[in-house]
Amino acid sequence: MEAGKHDKAKCRDVFALLSEYLDRELTPETCAEIEAHLAGCPPCIDFLNSLKRTVRLCHTCEEGAKPRPLTAEQRDKLMSAYRAFLAAGRGA
Amino acid sequence: MAASDAKEEAALARDLIAGKPGAFDRFVEVFRSKIFHYAYMMCGQREDAEEVAQDTLLKVFSNFGQLREPERVKPWVFRIARNECLMRRRKSVFAPAQELSLDDFLPHQDQDDGRRLEIADWSALPDDQALRAELKDIVHAAIEKLPEIYRAIILLRDIEELSTEEAAEVLDISLEAVKTRLHRARLAVRQKLDEYMAGARAGGRR
Repeated sequence: MEAGKHDKAKCRDVFALLSEYLDRELTPETCAEIEAHLAGCPPCIDFLNSLKRTVRLCHTCEEGAKPRPLTAEQRDKLMSAYRAFLAAGRGA
Repeated sequence: MAASDAKEEAALARDLIAGKPGAFDRFVEVFRSKIFHYAYMMCGQREDAEEVAQDTLLKVFSNFGQLREPERVKPWVFRIARNECLMRRRKSVFAPAQELSLDDFLPHQDQDDGRRLEIADWSALPDDQALRAELKDIVHAAIEKLPEIYRAIILLRDIEELSTEEAAEVLDISLEAVKTRLHRARLAVRQKLDEYMAGARAGGRR
């Protein structure tokens, strides 16, 4: 592929791989090919940057709705199961 | 950030196995919120999500002896949570189980030179706190609207930051399916953000 030339078919190929590119899940050869395309295709760079920001935003969305506080009854049930696990371990 | 979280979670699992004081409450605090958030986004009902969190933790503690590697505690817990969600599945709250096509998200290109792509200029908007809060709301709403198979993936990979392998293990699907679905889910969320960015600019909001 020739860098600096806009190529719609290549854009589509690159478009399909952008998440794997961001997640570093591609081979060095495929990464180099994508980077060569990006070097000559500002729209694909814009798209990549917007996808990167989307993923970054998702990373900050862990804090969402919260459950109501654990009731004493719920905690007791969990604690009983945990104690049984510990007791089984000691008995083994 | 994700790597250090994973280390802390593994350390917590080891403390729990060793019966260290305080480990039980810390484990419940960390995982109950995570399971609840995932279940709330998957089931769509607060009550269901709280039940999923409780029942998952109960199974986790009852079966903790089955966790062979403390490093794998998070995918192990989420696999149990995922099964609990499936058991409470209410069809009506789910978006239709449709496949998302890559072509649905390709930016429109100008016929002549392909250079005029319809991508809003995200960099023109300030990265301030108020905007970030609004964008987070859009991300949440976009994820909620995704068909179930895509919603599960983006929650596990990008919100909980599990690896591709771990997400595949939780959902019992191939690595390729994880990658394909994650990309489409991200593209769908990106598109919602893009619509917002374009609207914000056109409206001279900032």
